[in-house]
Amino acid sequence: MVQGAEAATTKRRGKAKAPPAGREGLSQEQLLKAYRDMLLIRRFEEKAGQLYGMGLIGGFCHLYIGQEAVVVGMQLCLQPGDQVITSYRDHGHMLATGMEARGVMAELTGRSGGYSKGKGGSMHMFSREKGFYGGHGIVGAQVSLGAGLAFANMYNDNGNVCLTYYGDGAANQGQVFESYNLAAVFKLPVVFIIENNKYGMGTSAERASASKDRSKDGTPWGIPGEQVDGMDVEAVQAAGERAVAHCREGKGPYILEMKTYRYRGHSMSDPAKYRTREEVQKMREQHDCIETARKKLLDSGLPEAELKKIDDEVKRIVADSAEFAQTSPEPDESELWTDILLEAR
Amino acid sequence: MGATILMPALSPTMTEGKLARWLKKEGDTVAAGDIIAEIETDKATMEVEAVDEGELTRILVPEGTEGVAVNSPIAEIDGGDGGAGTSASGPQEPVSNAIQAGGETAEVAKEAEDHAAVAAKGTEQRPETDAQPKAPAQEAEKDWGETKPITVREALRDAMAAEMRRDDKVFLMGEEVAQYQGAYKISQGLLDEFGPKRVIDTPITEHGFTGMAVGAAFTGLKPIVEFMTFNFSMQAIDQIVNSAAKTLYMSGGQLGCPIVFRGPNGAAARVAAQHSQCYASWYAHVPGLKVVAPWSAADAKGLLRAAIRDPNPVVFLENEILYGQTFECPTDEDFILPIGKAKVERAGKDVTIVAFSIEVGLAMQAAEKLAEQGIEAEVINLRTIRPLDTETIVASVKKTNRLVTVEEGWAFSGIGCEVAMQVIEHAFDYLDAPPVRVAGLDVPMPYAANLEKLALPTIDHVVDAAKRVTYKK
Repeated sequence: MVQGAEAATTKRRGKAKAPPAGREGLSQEQLLKAYRDMLLIRRFEEKAGQLYGMGLIGGFCHLYIGQEAVVVGMQLCLQPGDQVITSYRDHGHMLATGMEARGVMAELTGRSGGYSKGKGGSMHMFSREKGFYGGHGIVGAQVSLGAGLAFANMYNDNGNVCLTYYGDGAANQGQVFESYNLAAVFKLPVVFIIENNKYGMGTSAERASASKDRSKDGTPWGIPGEQVDGMDVEAVQAAGERAVAHCREGKGPYILEMKTYRYRGHSMSDPAKYRTREEVQKMREQHDCIETARKKLLDSGLPEAELKKIDDEVKRIVADSAEFAQTSPEPDESELWTDILLEAR
Repeated sequence: MGATILMPALSPTMTEGKLARWLKKEGDTVAAGDIIAEIETDKATMEVEAVDEGELTRILVPEGTEGVAVNSPIAEIDGGDGGAGTSASGPQEPVSNAIQAGGETAEVAKEAEDHAAVAAKGTEQRPETDAQPKAPAQEAEKDWGETKPITVREALRDAMAAEMRRDDKVFLMGEEVAQYQGAYKISQGLLDEFGPKRVIDTPITEHGFTGMAVGAAFTGLKPIVEFMTFNFSMQAIDQIVNSAAKTLYMSGGQLGCPIVFRGPNGAAARVAAQHSQCYASWYAHVPGLKVVAPWSAADAKGLLRAAIRDPNPVVFLENEILYGQTFECPTDEDFILPIGKAKVERAGKDVTIVAFSIEVGLAMQAAEKLAEQGIEAEVINLRTIRPLDTETIVASVKKTNRLVTVEEGWAFSGIGCEVAMQVIEHAFDYLDAPPVRVAGLDVPMPYAANLEKLALPTIDHVVDAAKRVTYKK
């Protein structure tokens, strides 16, 4: 695999602190990095959609386009050893943790160069090295698993935090509420991040949940929460710092409801007829996270040529990953029988 | 550099579609993400987005065209510098079979045929048929020397305590395991010795705490999850099957899950249908899990220690009625038994009786009765259900030529089916009679004392079965 210059995590070393009041926001350098990481996810997903269309990617394929600010903003709050876990809409999370585009794309095409040697596919990828614990296909299952990663942090007393992502659809699963209770009872260092993109597959959040403010879902257990503009990477990072600091101080879990939007259908085969084209266009034109960051960067005096350089770099990484994903061989047939059980020692 | 836009497939089964509408015209400039066209399939209308930027130089397929094959060129873009180029290079051959009248059906039938072919081929390639790893080769069971009588309950507790002393990554969690000292007193004394960090009371929330334990195991911790009874594991079965058992495979070997799920399984006494059933067959079905079912105190101690040390998820099926029973158990501090190895509890030449858990006791008593009638039964205690010790079973049947299986669970798709099938596959010519299954009756467990008794296997059922296969009846 290529040395992953792409989307390498910006990890904040040392004590995490909430930014001082009135000075929320990223430095130009940080924002530029965030812009690059968001753009990488966008371009990567567009390419994945294209490869899907060509029949090179099979099965389910859930694109993250539109929601990039969430994972990129949250990743800015992490330290080495922190963990990330999410559902099946996971490509963005992987790239944000610094996993290599090549390995992710090759997994999508089911090749041996993929993160799971082609045996997991779009929904099931992992990187212990980057703290990414999947990639889970069962809606809501990752929430109790994430509580378990946080449990391990508590057990090992390592000061680490687990970011547990799930959608507004999963937020209705029983085990999510079980996990809120467990996390509160054991004071687990877990940030529950609800990516509310307004639709659980084709059912709008209004029709699926009587809870109108998901950030308050932890209220019965005393879990603090806040709603965040998930289309603004700076707002995400600022809220993320507060949440992560709360966890690191041993105060238990925290809920962030990210108000976000997916531009594409639930999966590739979803025509998304449950919402109007105007609604999608409005989000794209007025709230796009990448456009917003781009504008802020230009306004702060960054020369456009700098952005062009990043655009070119991202395009190169994505083209390279697509090339790799098509040339990496399929897994050897012997792989069918490996990784079922570990040898007992 | 120019690039070709191809007709995309929008689902795994789509082979062609209608190009309904162009939203851009020749000469328009497009950016990545712009919607350029709409296509229709029998199921839906979908939008096509540009992946690269540039000028739409040529539309190759006019709007309204039906039956446009997936991956055929529909437009050309100029100005994209490289990215889209890959889209034109080496598109896969579109799948073009089975589109005709009743195409869906034909396709499904074809798929089913392919699956059958693959399955057949698979069997052919694997004369052993064992998807499971081989049982550890071990000749005779090691002699562990001195023994003393202990209950199964003590054996389980001692096993957990020994492993917790040995490895501080091991911890126990479940309902009432700590302060209450265990609903069935299996964890008695563990809280005092190991403290609340490692002996953890959970709320009544199986789905949640099982998922939490599996997540912790992904990091390398070694949780023991106690289900108050295995009936409650059904609340959590998704986490056991989909998360614990499969993640190693789906991660290409990166993320193991060293965890033990344990608790009483099978029929208890007079608790009716929801609290009296055997889960051996449920969990034994799943690759990625090991399933262990001890009978004696020695089984319980030796196998639980092995289960805790095992780097894989192990479903450890105990039995409430056995908890208070006393057996001789080795006193050696290092005593441990291998997972995947059955034990011949009683040698005999006339019939092989295969049983696990509490039914081993039943089989042993039946063997005594049979001996009085001149029939020498060989009793095999499976100890492990998955991986099944086929070798020991087959060797025995080759000697006795007759097979009886005994289990408390339902016969249909039960463990007896698998045991009998393994014998049929590996020793068919040695069989002198059709195998017979003794199992729980095919009914939900009744509450009434007389009915409950009728629903479960008895010594006489086993004796009768043995006589049938030896043609003494």
